Amino acid sequence: MKKKYIMLFLILLGLMISACAGQPGQTNAADLTLEPGVVELTVMTHDSFSISESVIAEFESANQAKVKFLKSGDTGAALNRAILASQPLADVFFGVDNAFLSRALEAELFEPYDSPALEQVSDTFKLDPENRALPVDYGDVCINYDKAYFRQNNLPLPKSLQDLTDPIYKGLLVVENPATSSPGLSFLFATISQFGEEGYLDYWKALRENDVVVVNDWETAYYANFSASSGQGPQPMVVSYGSSPPAEVIYASEPLDDAPTASLVGPNMCFRQIEFVGILKGAQNRDLAEKFIDFMLGLSFQEDLPLQMFVFPVNSGAALPGEFVLYAQTPDQPASLDPDLIAERREQWIQDWDEAVLR
Amino acid sequence: MDPGLGRSGVKVNMPKSAIRKAREITARRKVFFLWAVPLAFLLFFFFYPLGAVFNLAGKAAFARDISINTWTRIWRPLAFTIWQASLSMGLTLLVGLPAAYLFARFRFRGKKFLRALTTLPFILPTVVVAVSFNALTGPRGWLNVLLMRWFDLPTPPIQILNSLAAILLAHVFYNVSVVIRTVGSAWSQLDPRTEQAARVLGASPLRVLREVTLPLLKKPIAAAALLVFLFDFTSFGVILLLGGPRFATLEVEIYIQALQMLNLPLSGLLSAIQMVCTLLMLILYTRITSGQNIPLMPRLKGEGERSPQKTGERIFVVIMIVILVVLQFFPLGALVLRSVTTLDANRGARGEVDTGFTLAYYQELFINRRQSLFYVPPIEAMWNSLLYASITVVLSIVMGFLVAYALNTRSVINRALDPLLMLPLGTSAVTLGLGFIVVFNRPPVDVRSFPLLMPVAHSLVALPFVVRTLQPALSSIPNSLRHAAAVMGAPPWRVWLEVDLPILARAVVVGAVFSFTISLGEFGATTFLSRPEMPTMPVAIFRFISQPGALNYGQALAMSTLLMAVCAVGILLMDNFSNEL
Repeated sequence: MKKKYIMLFLILLGLMISACAGQPGQTNAADLTLEPGVVELTVMTHDSFSISESVIAEFESANQAKVKFLKSGDTGAALNRAILASQPLADVFFGVDNAFLSRALEAELFEPYDSPALEQVSDTFKLDPENRALPVDYGDVCINYDKAYFRQNNLPLPKSLQDLTDPIYKGLLVVENPATSSPGLSFLFATISQFGEEGYLDYWKALRENDVVVVNDWETAYYANFSASSGQGPQPMVVSYGSSPPAEVIYASEPLDDAPTASLVGPNMCFRQIEFVGILKGAQNRDLAEKFIDFMLGLSFQEDLPLQMFVFPVNSGAALPGEFVLYAQTPDQPASLDPDLIAERREQWIQDWDEAVLR
Repeated sequence: MDPGLGRSGVKVNMPKSAIRKAREITARRKVFFLWAVPLAFLLFFFFYPLGAVFNLAGKAAFARDISINTWTRIWRPLAFTIWQASLSMGLTLLVGLPAAYLFARFRFRGKKFLRALTTLPFILPTVVVAVSFNALTGPRGWLNVLLMRWFDLPTPPIQILNSLAAILLAHVFYNVSVVIRTVGSAWSQLDPRTEQAARVLGASPLRVLREVTLPLLKKPIAAAALLVFLFDFTSFGVILLLGGPRFATLEVEIYIQALQMLNLPLSGLLSAIQMVCTLLMLILYTRITSGQNIPLMPRLKGEGERSPQKTGERIFVVIMIVILVVLQFFPLGALVLRSVTTLDANRGARGEVDTGFTLAYYQELFINRRQSLFYVPPIEAMWNSLLYASITVVLSIVMGFLVAYALNTRSVINRALDPLLMLPLGTSAVTLGLGFIVVFNRPPVDVRSFPLLMPVAHSLVALPFVVRTLQPALSSIPNSLRHAAAVMGAPPWRVWLEVDLPILARAVVVGAVFSFTISLGEFGATTFLSRPEMPTMPVAIFRFISQPGALNYGQALAMSTLLMAVCAVGILLMDNFSNEL
């Protein structure tokens, strides 16, 4: 009896070991199947990156290339990884946003590239005049609200950030901690842009008086606290993205004829996040990297962006999907801050905010 | 072979001191040999990357001013970390020890199931646990809705999220299985006759517990307490997601400094402080548990178990089962239930919520609706997760055996190396993850292509668990059993196979269960090492839950339920295996 089980154990062990040995072999085999003349391009990016199979296939066949994606955590983690690496881990890095841009440029992560495709991109997105970091997409961090709640309670919509301190909205807003969350940080930037460095802390104190709820991450804010998500929380307003309402329709469990949420897009209420791509210094395949960047700014990739990553294309010629046209509002006057100022002051801002709001 | 014996096995005349010396030398050699592989593993995969990060942080410290309120920024999280870890550990022991007694000494229906159940929380990503706690105890969670309806209350009576209570509750929820498994398996090996003898001699049950049982269980209890403490000490997700922004442990602060502020020097300093604390803890632990272990005759499987007879025992069993079910089953059940529930579209309406049954979320898992290149087929994710988990089990069990045998030999080397081995458990996962990235970027060991890095990182965390379950079991095997087998002519391998292994089987399974669950749940910052072409189940869960929309939310819960199912099957198989052995 005993022996039988020991045998069984040994067999299992053997199976596991062979399974382990088999797996790397398979991946190697896949690598080896690169046909002669096919060049491999490594693209480093964050975990939220996504692209359609057909779109990447289009690039690969047009350029005799194989694109390999290296995902490295959230925006901060991925950037850190690129900066810390002693030698470039990839050819192209995608996903630095304007909150981290100066840091990336300071670290001299990128080589400049004046892509011809930039002609199609509005100058408002080009934050690096030397074109080391090229804009690819943008999205607005806005407050989403629960339409049904406001309708049922006959509540007027807040028209400005200042309105949120009105007692009729007491306890109705959930925001993310700027120290741990990217939309939370963007919302803090929006308030700094609106009230200035001298006024934003007073504004936050007023919000605190009005029982603003602070949580650490978007997932908790949206799914645990927000009333119009599937989590059905207690707050009918949440700091999220302008593209969240179309996502609610696209990923509804049953077809919806209207979005359950919408965004508040008053002046300076939304902060615009722009994502950049760049060629990493010391890239192995500079030529192919340039082609890939041109491709990212081209129509097929730009039109693929909204439904893959729920962001907006920077290419002015790119058409938006129907759900975006119907349900995504874009602010006429988004808030913005100078990336250099962000790089210089961000740590202090977050710390002061922490003391004013949390302690 | 005994150095005092000649080749023929006849005692050779040698002076006693020489024999002792020769023995010491062989023991030292043996210990050295046993430590070689685990130590090399640790040096290469733990100290090397960690050293690289500290080196970088040190260099950057010169270039950057870290003096802004540095001390308050260290002191505040440090004090809170120690405070919450001690509280959590105390509470976990409070629930875990009676539960360990329950599993070790009583027979009742559904025992296997309950034991597997208590291990399940271990694998769940914190995001999912936060969601299920919310589904249960949130302002519109089921408990609150029911209580409000029954007692006609105007406001939700349970308000636990974003409080210290939520952190403590979640830590007990996660870690109670550590106590149940490590202490429970040792307890069931205790000879019940020792306790019976004390009772016959007139000791009260309490005195038996205090003077017989607990002293015999000192080592496993200390080991469990240490493991639980270290886990809570480096707690990250629970603090971040359930505690809310007002609480920060060292690990949370390290994460914020390293990845959000890109302040490497401060994060390096914090990780160093965290490691020093861990080391102090380990030294304290070694102090407490040093001393001769009492070898005990191994008992037959199930010998000490009985059905509850007396009323007191029955009440105890029922109460413990209720506590465990409420603590473990309710949040998990809420999750499963939620994964098959649809809500009406008009979610914002604050009245009662219309719900219905659906399998849509599970079906949706199999559809690549957006034709995304990064779509994760559920079966493939399951296979990858299982593959990583199996490698982790093999790696940590093999190394765990080597270390456990080394620790069982009396040697100075052990004193120095034992704490080092436990160190990964008390080390910042964020820092270690960064270290992996910094050093492992060249073939053959390259984060980008070396598929073993993930299970290697998991093994670093799992190894302390395996060692802490194997070693007490090993040291309690009376040497006379091995000698008897050897005298009867069994070669060393056969002694190992037929004496050591069967006695250790239960401990091996406990260690295997831990490594399996640690790997399936992907502790800490191993997401750093994930590779898009080999997605695992937790990766898929994160991908869904980071996007808005009912389908995404539902799919995240469906995938979590599948993850639990896979883990439950794995645990039941392993538990069964130990029963049959």
